[in-house]
Amino acid sequence: MRTGHETWRQCKNNAFHGLIILFSAILFLPLAAIIFHILKNGLHVLSWEFLTALPKPMGESGGGVGNAIAGTLLLIVLSSLIAIPIGIFTGVYLSENTHGKFSHIIHVAVDMLQGTPSIVIGIAAYIWIVKPMGHFSAFSGGVALALMMLPVIIKSTEETLKRIPNTLKEAALALGAPYYRTMLQIIIPTGFQGILTGVLLGIARVSGESAPLLFTAFGNPFLNLNMNKTVQALPLLIFNYATSPYEDWQAYAWGSSCLLLIFILSLTLLTKAIRPQ
Amino acid sequence: MQPRKRQTIGEWIFKASLVLSGGLIVAVLGLMCLTLLTHAWPSIVALKWKFVTTNTWDPITSTFGAEAFVIGTLLTSLLALFISLPFSLSVSIFLGEYAQRGILSEVFKAMINMLAGIPSVIYGFWGLFVLVPWIRTFQIWVGIPPFGIGIFTAALILALMIIPYAAAIGRDVIAMVPNELKEGAYSLGATRMEVLLTIVLPTARSGLFAGTLLSFGRAIGETMAVTMVIGNSNLLPTSIFAPGNTMASVIANEFSEATNAIHVSSLIELALYLFVITAIINIIGKWIIQRTEVSHG
Amino acid sequence: MNPDILTIEHLNFWIADQHIVKDLSLSFPENTITAIMGPSGCGKTTMLRCINRMHELIENTRVEGKIKLSGENIFKLNAMALRRRIGMVFQRPNPFPTMSIYNNVLAGYILNGISLSRKEKDQIVQEALTQAALWDEVKEGLHRKGTFLSGGQQQRLCIARALAMKPKILLLDEPTSALDPKATAHIESLLMELKDTVTVIMVTHNIAQASRISNQTAFMYLGELIEHGTTERMFTVPKDKRTEEYLSGKFG
Ligand SMILES: Nc1ncnc2c1ncn2[C@@H]1O[C@H](COP(=O)(O)OP(=O)(O)OP(=O)(O)O)[C@@H](O)[C@H]1O
Ligand SMILES: [Mg+2]
Repeated sequence: MRTGHETWRQCKNNAFHGLIILFSAILFLPLAAIIFHILKNGLHVLSWEFLTALPKPMGESGGGVGNAIAGTLLLIVLSSLIAIPIGIFTGVYLSENTHGKFSHIIHVAVDMLQGTPSIVIGIAAYIWIVKPMGHFSAFSGGVALALMMLPVIIKSTEETLKRIPNTLKEAALALGAPYYRTMLQIIIPTGFQGILTGVLLGIARVSGESAPLLFTAFGNPFLNLNMNKTVQALPLLIFNYATSPYEDWQAYAWGSSCLLLIFILSLTLLTKAIRPQ
Repeated sequence: MQPRKRQTIGEWIFKASLVLSGGLIVAVLGLMCLTLLTHAWPSIVALKWKFVTTNTWDPITSTFGAEAFVIGTLLTSLLALFISLPFSLSVSIFLGEYAQRGILSEVFKAMINMLAGIPSVIYGFWGLFVLVPWIRTFQIWVGIPPFGIGIFTAALILALMIIPYAAAIGRDVIAMVPNELKEGAYSLGATRMEVLLTIVLPTARSGLFAGTLLSFGRAIGETMAVTMVIGNSNLLPTSIFAPGNTMASVIANEFSEATNAIHVSSLIELALYLFVITAIINIIGKWIIQRTEVSHG
Repeated sequence: MNPDILTIEHLNFWIADQHIVKDLSLSFPENTITAIMGPSGCGKTTMLRCINRMHELIENTRVEGKIKLSGENIFKLNAMALRRRIGMVFQRPNPFPTMSIYNNVLAGYILNGISLSRKEKDQIVQEALTQAALWDEVKEGLHRKGTFLSGGQQQRLCIARALAMKPKILLLDEPTSALDPKATAHIESLLMELKDTVTVIMVTHNIAQASRISNQTAFMYLGELIEHGTTERMFTVPKDKRTEEYLSGKFG
């Protein structure tokens, strides 16, 4: 009787463990399906022409998404230029002033910004930049993406710098170094890896975003590197071509998805490789 | 004397930049709230409560009742949450309790990271070309109208998208449960399952709730994937398999083509609601998590 | 003994409402080693940090009294200029992890934006590392990261970093408490040699260490300076009972 009860408990325990693993493992199916279909439909589209040429009008075969690749890179550069300095400085402020009221307010703002739907950020960038300037532009897209990157950079900078032992800062100050040099030449470089991780994660996050670009960067069938004009981006192109009825264009979308996925996964792997222990 | 003066200026500029950057973040948030409010104002004044209590949305006749979108948003998000829960909870338990280290844990972590890394638009694209036909087959098989696209399809995709987020939070709060508590129960002869169900989960419950809340906030604002598979019907959905629309997807579909001032304003009103709801959800969620972090050391 | 280079006069120090250093007066003769001793939490570190005004990094503090460096009141000087004249070594070795050994030694110059010629740099580095008894061990790999060194070597690198600024005074807060006996002995003998050129003020919990290397010993208890004098006198005929008990290892 007693041992029977014990066995039953042990059985339940094992069954529960199995169930947990089963439910977790089921998630491999959709992941594998997504990757499989993207590789199956996208890999054979990739070619040198695909990476460099402009899209051909419907009906003509060939062509590529060079404009979207260049546009995505332009948007990444623009948003990084805005978000990296502001993000790092805010992160430094938060790591240095842990208890202040202002820090608390910034924390709340960062949390809110991180939770704000990307489409809402797109609307804000539209109202702030597109409307006054009178036209869509790569710049407005860059601003929208920068807003999405900021929380990631701020948080990783803050976390990284908080982990650096205080005596390092004291050692620099005890040498008579001014505070700003201590931070810029000792503390920030010491946290470089952690901050870089945050920057790369931020880039990975925004490079797949399309919602904030709908009303800002807008898309452009031609190659453009002028930040005052509209620009194509890979996610925008996927959205537009995926919902088009032409098979050639859908192939562009598969190829672009493949490309984007490879780019984002490599970025994530890179962050894994450099992340400090 | 000269270098000292330069240092004082450098010091001042540096400290000012720190404060300014932080202030900029706060200002952007405040300004966002204000901008959305002022641009939504014409619609708020013109339509009042009718905006969310009527369900005719027709830009041509300038009728804007967003009830269908509010319901669509709630329906997809709640459904997605419901579908995702067993999976995200399992992953959280596995990574937070059963295997904090080891090969299988690394494999699951990689899986979650990949799911989190796939862009929304790719989920939508895959959903449209792969999942929708599957759902259609299923619908024919069950004998309901084979739309393929619709609220249920959107919820499935959404569930997949929020699982990594919920699982990451869940894993952290479960891993934070103090060891002494668990050891106390083990020393009384409890099995691992009993410890989980009686000690770990109840202790982590507020954190798990916060994770669920935060992923709900994610689901509400998710745009592209939903837009691509929900069917974009402005009518009140008749069943969970019917096409519908969410607040976010209406904005994505109509904003760049809206010319009429009240149309633009009512779309911004939807954005305002999304902003406010997700802001509240995030503040509460993060606050709960922070509180648990503090109480568990 | 030599003339005093540093004098503390009626130093009082508060953090919030807590009175941490109480009316402490003490002077340090030039080119000697002073050991500051006392039980944990009695304010040794705090007192030491007042000397190069590192206490100003803590919020909500108040200081009263004077500290005179060669006759000048340090609270009237520019804090950064003062810190360049007084070196500090911490309990745990803390070389700057992003800098090479070479640049670690030069950190004081780099961080103060002082430009030096290649020749001057080489000379300062060699001098400081030699003074810190590290030169022979690292001269082949000056451009490696300082964090690859052993704990004892790292601590000597930190001493070299402080010495490179050619300070008149060197403050050390339990510099050997994180090191093994061999590395400790190495640092002790190095400090003995240093005292020809700098005045050393060292907090230590190691009674034997104080008796081995210091000229003057000061004993603090609950924020007060109980007693001070030549090390020999303090260890042989202490005036206060608490000093006697502490130095013979009976409490603390
Ligand atoms: N930053 C601080 N905030 C509040 N109190 C402090 C701070 N630093 C030190 N104290 C308090 O000041 C008192 C003296 O500390 P101090 O570090 O000077 O002692 P100590 O003699 O160096 O001790 P130990 O031998 O353990 O290093 C202690 O009671 C400590 O709690
Ligand atoms: Mg101390």
